[in-house]
Amino acid sequence: MSSFLAISDPQAARRLFLGRSGLLLSGAAVALLAGRDALAAKSGGAHAADVRILNTALGAELEAIAAYQLGAESGLLQKPVLGLALQFQGHHKEHAELLSKTVKQLGGKAVSAKANYNFPAHTLKTQADVLRFAAGLEQGAVSAYLGAVPLFGNRDLSKAAASILGDEAMHWAILRNALGEDPVPVAFVS
Amino acid sequence: MVPAALVLALAFAAGAAVAAPGDAVRGEQIYARCLACHALAYDRVGPRHCGLIGRRAGSVPGFAYSDAMKASGIVWNAKTLDRFLADPLRRVPGTTMTYAGVPDARERADLIAYLAWAGKSAPECKAAQ
Repeated sequence: MSSFLAISDPQAARRLFLGRSGLLLSGAAVALLAGRDALAAKSGGAHAADVRILNTALGAELEAIAAYQLGAESGLLQKPVLGLALQFQGHHKEHAELLSKTVKQLGGKAVSAKANYNFPAHTLKTQADVLRFAAGLEQGAVSAYLGAVPLFGNRDLSKAAASILGDEAMHWAILRNALGEDPVPVAFVS
Repeated sequence: MVPAALVLALAFAAGAAVAAPGDAVRGEQIYARCLACHALAYDRVGPRHCGLIGRRAGSVPGFAYSDAMKASGIVWNAKTLDRFLADPLRRVPGTTMTYAGVPDARERADLIAYLAWAGKSAPECKAAQ
């Protein structure tokens, strides 16, 4: 097996690394879905509480997808930032798909995307404005998942939420870096 | 950005029941944790925060609240916010604000001070009035 550390071409190394990262995230997703037997053994009340948490997260993910769409269509993002935004949007789509499936497996009704979102589009006039808006959403998402992790009745769901939290934190750091800010300003997120 | 001169007066005005006045400048930083779901001037996954102080829980027109929140009977002020934010799911079982809360009393006071300041003075809220 080749290691991305041994590849001299940085682009090729990045592709391999990202590919492997995708495999790791997919592993977490599989772990979440594979937990349904254990989930089925839980009481209905525990299911209902977990479904509420998942649906709140799903609502935020669907909004994030729409926010990145707004940014992508704004005409304000230049390459390579535009590519990053679309990549991050793709992650949110994967999160949303997984959350939606899990809600349904738990017997719940997954929330749908809203027909319209009230984004402050009139305040987005430059690429930096879009990046700052996205960074705020990602920072909030980190906090939201951090606040949800200890609430799940099922620890597989906590693990999956923590996996998503890590992805959101990477988005936040990259966006801060793109804005010229310290990408990792603190040792702990809150 | 929160003008520091307004902080103490508004914190006292909104937070008579809180042990110590909050710092809205610090509270603005804590408010970043809320930004996955909330905004000051418009509804998102959670309802808007402009006009929060003095508002009955579950009463923003057009926002799809949980039945639990609508039936909570809460009117938001410094005391009720402090109790809710400490442990939202214990205070309102069934709320869709599925967040573990802000366990630190100092941070809650700062956050509430910011919400009080923002509701009166943030440009977004002034524009929405």
